[in-house]
Amino acid sequence: MKERTILLSVSIMAAAMQLAAAESGGLQVPRTVEAGSAFSITTSASSKAVLYIVSPLQVLRRDVEPGASVDIGSGALHNAGHYLALLVGPSSTEKAEFDVVAASQPASVSFLAKPSRLPVNLPEGISGVAYVFDVFRNLVLKPMPVSFKLSDSGTPQTRSVATRNGVAWVKMNSAPKAGAAQFQVSVGSVANKRVVQQVPGDPCNLRMSARRSGERVVVETEPVRDCSGNAVSDGTIVTFTQTYNGRSEATVDVPLKRDVARTELPAREGSVISVATGVVMGNEIRLGGR
Amino acid sequence: MKAVIPQSGKAILLAGCISAVLLLAAFEQPAVQVDASAAGPRTLEVQTRAAVVRDYLQAWKSLSGALQENRADLLDASFVGVARDKLADAIGEQQALGLKTQYRDVSHNLKIVFYSPEGLSIQLLDTVQYDLQIVDRDHEQATQHLSARYVAVLTPTEVRWKVRVFQAQPDTLESGQGK
Repeated sequence: MKERTILLSVSIMAAAMQLAAAESGGLQVPRTVEAGSAFSITTSASSKAVLYIVSPLQVLRRDVEPGASVDIGSGALHNAGHYLALLVGPSSTEKAEFDVVAASQPASVSFLAKPSRLPVNLPEGISGVAYVFDVFRNLVLKPMPVSFKLSDSGTPQTRSVATRNGVAWVKMNSAPKAGAAQFQVSVGSVANKRVVQQVPGDPCNLRMSARRSGERVVVETEPVRDCSGNAVSDGTIVTFTQTYNGRSEATVDVPLKRDVARTELPAREGSVISVATGVVMGNEIRLGGR
Repeated sequence: MKAVIPQSGKAILLAGCISAVLLLAAFEQPAVQVDASAAGPRTLEVQTRAAVVRDYLQAWKSLSGALQENRADLLDASFVGVARDKLADAIGEQQALGLKTQYRDVSHNLKIVFYSPEGLSIQLLDTVQYDLQIVDRDHEQATQHLSARYVAVLTPTEVRWKVRVFQAQPDTLESGQGK
């Protein structure tokens, strides 16, 4: 009971100090007001006057009767900002300044996740940036814990970060396994989600085999995979080169189809066939077995 | 009797006039200080910093013109999204009440505090000194000198950075990540 009394006394003192801080002459305005909340402005106007409440983001005008206070209703002043309250009477002008701050409850989160498509196994390859807003679309500047979660078929990565000036950000690794991942941000009861496509990386090992077919030789790669074992995307170009006595005889670019690349070359005895894709070189085959 | 001004005198007079105009224009420009030492996590290149500051200062000019003339279309060059919507709403309120306001920024102390990893947003804090004039039905009510701390988030568009979030915060309200 005693603690409650002390707490109440402290609250009243704090409120009185806040009120006093914004007071200027007879115009009494709370120093800070939460966006959308109701409050009163006390005036000492001895005759009819006009009260202006002005910021670049919102403007109010109220006629004031002598000695009356001005009630600003719930929702009337909803844009966070620094406001000038100006009471203009026939013979005098009074002013006070106060701040409207964002509501403390987050209502929406603006989420930027980049990129939407990236290779697997990329350290800190995915970035997420979250801006937290209240119900009136004010940036919530009070620090708030924001949770980021990147989940695919494996173990999800989770990170919790406090906002600073309304923004929180993280960088996360892409998973070893290719596929779509859900990138989710949540703050309080508000969440937002993006899909990040994790695609196979560059080919890791490249091997081919050859078999004769009359005057031709058919060369075919084994299924091409990245270093994590993901099948490299169809359409990736594989280059077969045939040389004879060090001179290039034929070069064929073949797109991967169902993980393999396949082509036919002249079966010239003594020629050497090599295979490559990107920066990866595969094995060589010498025709004629020499 | 006609006064005859020699050619050299005319040149001096013209140079004087130009100097006076330039001097007046210089007085109209706000004093600007920029601190980008806390920007990150993305590296802020000198050219990007210059462009952001230039476009933010231009946004104040757009804001001033739009609120002075009650023309929301003047916001389009510098504002997008929430900031543009809210400023346009304020202009609508001014029109409905028969008010006009004029903001003249006197000085800006800019601190760039965040440049997002992918380069799609940049946040700055601006301690700005400005004069605010309120005009009610063509009668000037008052001009006040004010100081406020603004938080602005800018995003890149085709040719410039535009302000997407624009709101003042109390001086006491700053803490959080990284502190």
